[in-house]
Amino acid sequence: MANDPLLSIKRLSVQLPEGGDRTLALRDVSIDVARNEIVCVVGESGSGKSMTASTVMGLLPPSVRVAAGTVELDGQNLLKLKPEQMRKVRGPRIGMIFQEPMTALNPLQRIGTQISEMFQLHSKMSRAAQKAKAIELLQAVHIPDPAKAYTAYPHELSGGQRQRAMIAMAMALDPDLLIADEPTTALDVTTQAQILKLIRELQQRNGTGVLFITHDFGVVADIADRVVVLKHGNVVEQGTGAEVLGNPQHDYTRSLIDAVPRMEPPAYTPPPTDKKALQVKDLVKTFGSAGLFGNGRVVHALRSVSFDLPKGRTLGIVGESGSGKSTMARALVRLTDPDSGKVLLDDLDFTALSRPELRQKAGLVQMVFQDPYASLNPRRKVGDLIAQPMTVHGKPRAEAMERVEELLKLVGLDAKAMDRFPHEFSGGQRQRIGIARALALDPKILVADEAVSALDVSIQAQVLQLFRRLRDELGLSMVFITHDLRVTAQVCDEVAVMKEGEVVEYGPTARIFADPQHDYTRLLLSSAPGHLGLKGATPLADAPAV
Amino acid sequence: MTDAAVTVATETPLRRRKRPRAVFISGIAMLALIALAALTAGLFWPAGPWVAAGEPYTPPMTAPGLPLGTDVLGRDVAAMLAYGARVSMLIGIASTLAAAILGIVIGATAGYARGWVDDALMRFTEVFQTIPSFMFVIVLVVIFTPTIATITLAIAVVSWPPVARLVRAEFLSLSSREFVQSCRLIGMHPARIVFAEILPNCFSSVIVVSSVMVATAVLVEAGLSFLGLGDPNTASWGGMVANGKAVIRSSPYLSIIPGFAIFVLVLCINVVGEGLNDRLNPRMRN
Repeated sequence: MANDPLLSIKRLSVQLPEGGDRTLALRDVSIDVARNEIVCVVGESGSGKSMTASTVMGLLPPSVRVAAGTVELDGQNLLKLKPEQMRKVRGPRIGMIFQEPMTALNPLQRIGTQISEMFQLHSKMSRAAQKAKAIELLQAVHIPDPAKAYTAYPHELSGGQRQRAMIAMAMALDPDLLIADEPTTALDVTTQAQILKLIRELQQRNGTGVLFITHDFGVVADIADRVVVLKHGNVVEQGTGAEVLGNPQHDYTRSLIDAVPRMEPPAYTPPPTDKKALQVKDLVKTFGSAGLFGNGRVVHALRSVSFDLPKGRTLGIVGESGSGKSTMARALVRLTDPDSGKVLLDDLDFTALSRPELRQKAGLVQMVFQDPYASLNPRRKVGDLIAQPMTVHGKPRAEAMERVEELLKLVGLDAKAMDRFPHEFSGGQRQRIGIARALALDPKILVADEAVSALDVSIQAQVLQLFRRLRDELGLSMVFITHDLRVTAQVCDEVAVMKEGEVVEYGPTARIFADPQHDYTRLLLSSAPGHLGLKGATPLADAPAV
Repeated sequence: MTDAAVTVATETPLRRRKRPRAVFISGIAMLALIALAALTAGLFWPAGPWVAAGEPYTPPMTAPGLPLGTDVLGRDVAAMLAYGARVSMLIGIASTLAAAILGIVIGATAGYARGWVDDALMRFTEVFQTIPSFMFVIVLVVIFTPTIATITLAIAVVSWPPVARLVRAEFLSLSSREFVQSCRLIGMHPARIVFAEILPNCFSSVIVVSSVMVATAVLVEAGLSFLGLGDPNTASWGGMVANGKAVIRSSPYLSIIPGFAIFVLVLCINVVGEGLNDRLNPRMRN
């Protein structure tokens, strides 16, 4: 029995409703998960990896049905179970962690109540025992001050703590199998590293089998015992972590691995000119106020931040959520007005412009937004969206449309895209549309606020490539704001590392990666997923767990 | 893409099921019929609703040419019903249109400008919301002489606050969306952002709310006429019910027929409103 897999998915095919992009979400998928093993299911969005998790949990939407195959947990076919039998499997036998802990937790219930609920539903423990066990679990997931977290509401915890609470819930009944669906995608890198370490630790302690779903081969390198690569619902490759990462057989696997940004920035070259495209001087921004009775909350988003951006160069601003990097981005384009300090473009004081003047000078600095879904008005056609910046500034529509065609070509899209709506495009394509719109006014400076964070790693690589090409072809100066150091290694000449509203380290990318001075920079570098496994030199099996 | 589809689709069993399409269609058909009757009233009864057409108290289906009978003064009930439909629909639609426009302007301004402008406008809105609306309409109609125009205006004045609050809420959430920020960044004038970019994105919810407001307006107008505060120069359903009230024992049909007409019209408007909600509300659409 010991050699039998814990979870055995055999030749599973799942049928999508008619009119989908394909008929089968999963085709002949076979995956085994043994006890005490982490199996990573990797693929891009739409590859069917989440569908796999939903099938195992019996949470498929009604319009989708299993066409063939079995899902066996310890020899029991889960697909044949009645709903009430399945409820006894979820929780005690299979635990699940979701991507977004804020939406997976009930915002109106205390963390402790939500964990105790697991015991209420599946055991006959007394209330006191439930509480003791829940606090013990919170301790096991290393939440600081578990007793306090027990009485806290989800919004009172940080993103990482919420995910820890979710893990505590999933592990509450000591399940044999844990399904983790992109559990770290919504988290900062340092938190991600901690959560991955926690999952590994709990899995080893309890001998749990883990089905870990991710799109990021960096994460795979850190955590996987075995890897299954999915593409369009087909398993294209599977093997041990070392095999798949070290010697990928399938082209698709290779392309996914190659897409993971390497932590190796190019050698530093000094800027060709002394001219500055942008100078930021002592920028300060504080949100909130002390309140009438001193009970308000004050957030120092920017505490006197200064840096320069030489012409034609790219500066990366790196930090975690709450570091002030987004406020920085917004202040650069004047979506937020700083309390004090200056943003100088050549000799123009950008911070001193009045609103009408700002509308006149809109062409100087443009921004590419994070969310390719929210940053385009869903009711306008792509051609209109890209032409808009020009028509707003009085360019005749016919002329603007000609320019739209050029711009679409420039960002690698077909001119036919003009007559379609944003929702007809994929995330990567929409981000290209967003870039085309930002370029419509021929800006000198482009600010990219987490412009590739919402994209799959492989698409990320393509969009980063586009940014590099545009910078070289158009002589743009760029400010690249990101939480991901791997991204800065790809495009940035210089990096400013921000923490709690301050720049803690600032210098050439190559130097910062090779010789970080500040502790925080070192922490960020060591937290980046895959920084050990993917360099190629270290065989994964020997790499210490991060 | 599949990932997103899964999360959305799993919610299906929890949602209220869509009303069948047939109900929506028949609601629209019925409304169209009432509108047709209202528009063609002048062709069938060119002399208007006030002329005596036969013996007083002729019950329905008894005299040729008088399918719904005659009232206290021998006037044709069918003619009065058709002319009354004009008033009901005109007041319902006109007052809702006026209220929607007022609500959109106030709500959009408050939601986009935020800060003290928002505070001031919302306090102003609350003043209107706290006054019992039917009382307020009566007061307004009594102060100005009751005509179709003043009744329409009075109903509009009391019914805009829900629209304003809805539009404000939509604006608050939409204006922090990145596509709106992107429009600010390209130097678009705020007025254009408000009217050309944000507003079209909240039209569907405004239409849904407005459809219910039409029904309320019809009821308020009927109520006013019943109390004798309607426009004395026009036939109206509420007025007909009021006139029939005195003879309800001997000729109940004089109250029942116009009452039933009000019921059917309001029901149809509500059915169509629900149908629009199912079809326009993005959260209900699959």
